[in-house]
Amino acid sequence: MLDPVTGEYRVVGPGHTFKSITEKISRIVLTTHTPVGWFFGLLLGGGGIALLLTAVTWLFLRGVGIWGLDMPVAWGFAIINFVWWIGIGHAGTLISAILLLFKQEWRNSINRFAEAMTIFAVVCAGMFPLIHVGRPWLAYWLFPYPNSMAVWPQFRSPLLWDVFAVSTYATISVVFWYIGMIPDLATMRDRAQSKFTQFAYGLFAVGWRGSVRHWMRYETASLLLAGLATPLVLSVHTVISFDFAVATLPGWHTTIFPPYFVAGAVYSGFAMVITLAIPIRKFYHLEDLITTRHIDNMGKVMLTTGLIVAYGYFMELFMSWFSASHWEYFAFWNRLFGPMGWSYWVLITCNIALPQLMWSRAFRVNPTLMFIMSFIINIGMWFERFVIVVTSLYRDYLPSSWGTYRATRWDYSTFLGTMGLFTFLFFLFVRFIPMIPMSEVRMLLPQSKVKPPAEPLGQPVHEAGD
Amino acid sequence: MPIPEGTYGLLAEFDTAGELTRAAKASYDAGWRRLDCYTPYPCEEAAEAIGFHRNYVPVITLIGGLMGLTAMFLLETWINLLAYPLNIGGREYFSWPAFMVPAYEWTILFAGLSAAFGMLAMCGLPAPYHPLFNAPNFRTASTDKFFLCLEARDPQFDATVSRKFLEGFSPVSVVEVEY
Repeated sequence: MLDPVTGEYRVVGPGHTFKSITEKISRIVLTTHTPVGWFFGLLLGGGGIALLLTAVTWLFLRGVGIWGLDMPVAWGFAIINFVWWIGIGHAGTLISAILLLFKQEWRNSINRFAEAMTIFAVVCAGMFPLIHVGRPWLAYWLFPYPNSMAVWPQFRSPLLWDVFAVSTYATISVVFWYIGMIPDLATMRDRAQSKFTQFAYGLFAVGWRGSVRHWMRYETASLLLAGLATPLVLSVHTVISFDFAVATLPGWHTTIFPPYFVAGAVYSGFAMVITLAIPIRKFYHLEDLITTRHIDNMGKVMLTTGLIVAYGYFMELFMSWFSASHWEYFAFWNRLFGPMGWSYWVLITCNIALPQLMWSRAFRVNPTLMFIMSFIINIGMWFERFVIVVTSLYRDYLPSSWGTYRATRWDYSTFLGTMGLFTFLFFLFVRFIPMIPMSEVRMLLPQSKVKPPAEPLGQPVHEAGD
Repeated sequence: MPIPEGTYGLLAEFDTAGELTRAAKASYDAGWRRLDCYTPYPCEEAAEAIGFHRNYVPVITLIGGLMGLTAMFLLETWINLLAYPLNIGGREYFSWPAFMVPAYEWTILFAGLSAAFGMLAMCGLPAPYHPLFNAPNFRTASTDKFFLCLEARDPQFDATVSRKFLEGFSPVSVVEVEY
């Protein structure tokens, strides 16, 4: 909808003031009446955490043998889920950083929870390599530190690069999220009624008082963090793709991996943002702030990144023929028509065929259809990682060592458990932290602009003759 | 350090960013230097009006980033050449292209942390107490109101004259803030 005064597209529904926006968003947190549905969601997430704890405890007691890992498929669910979760996280950074740099103001109302999604997804992702190392209590050996064994990490391995990429990503995401939250925490402090709430928000608001000098430094720091997070997010998934691409294995050893992994990450991440945004706006009546325009724009981003991913798939196929390498050719024939070929066709259906429906505007502005589409894409993106990891491994050079891969119940419980953890953290977030950045949405209102004072009508500005 | 007592300043409340900016500009032009504006969202015009044109956050970030880059690159070089040389497939001990990846990540890590904590440090935060929090209406500064504070540290400050000066901008209210 166009704004009658400025002629620009409106991001926020009409008729809002600074106060109405602040009240609408802060009320969700400061209310004393927690919706029953929230407890239900938290319980659901808690159940998932219980499952995760069970699976991980059993894993620590028995070792990674309880998973379906074996020769020739030594990388299974752990790496698939790691890449899937971290990919989901990337849309949060894209929304908060890249769209900020491109001055896409519509992203202001969704960036806080997209960023929260990033952090929780990284928490889930980070768990998989840690529990996969076999002796998770020694996982700190991955970091370079002076030790009595006098050994140091091997800096030429992409797996070690991963340690630095993911730990940096987690740290910067948390810092970016927290810095962005300080002014809103100050608002919560000022609006809270009870002493305890005032104290708690006051503690985290670090005494923010909205001085314009502070705001200017804050804006600079936000822009710099965005400028730093942008190359970071690209490098994180690039490094993850190096885990595969640096190996000389048909199906992994390709130069298209870094860009196509990054595009795939953004693709699945936006799908996850939609999965979260549509129920939230419905449940908390935030249709004015997360409008159909947001869903429409996210649909366009998904369509674009989906096509980049499609290009990646096509290029992989093309290269398997063009390279004239027997092994490459076989790897792809096996991927498409081998015993696990069904997984490739699930991937093509979910990631390439069905998302083409998003060319239609009527589809993109329909929240229900987009909600379903977001699930389809996330299933497709999970299968993409499954296809890359499993179908490249289970039939290698020697037919005598061919095998198959079958995930066990512990694989499934761990995966479902991380979904529970994600849900649990997300429900805590929407209850205790303002999920839409109030200070940034205020800037979207037309009255935030500094205008010259209205000239009194009918009076000459300069008296003649003086 | 003795605990300061007496008046911190005079706080004028405005309804719009435009009124605040004009009042701030007029005060700055009248020679006020110890003054500050408080807004519910970043208001660049008001910062310009009180003569705040540049900040040092970018410099801090740059220094942090360079420190991260140097630290990681030297650490990798030292480990691979001196502390624990490993022959991996006959590759160079000084494999600088491979070292660039963790060094790049640490550049971003250090720069990001410097930007965030440098910003807080330059703002003098965390500061759990501030005299302005004593003003009863200052709570609305984080919701929808705009404030201009003329501080008592300024040599021009005089409780009566400065109040008259502020009232000339027709603010919603002018309150005296105590330490």
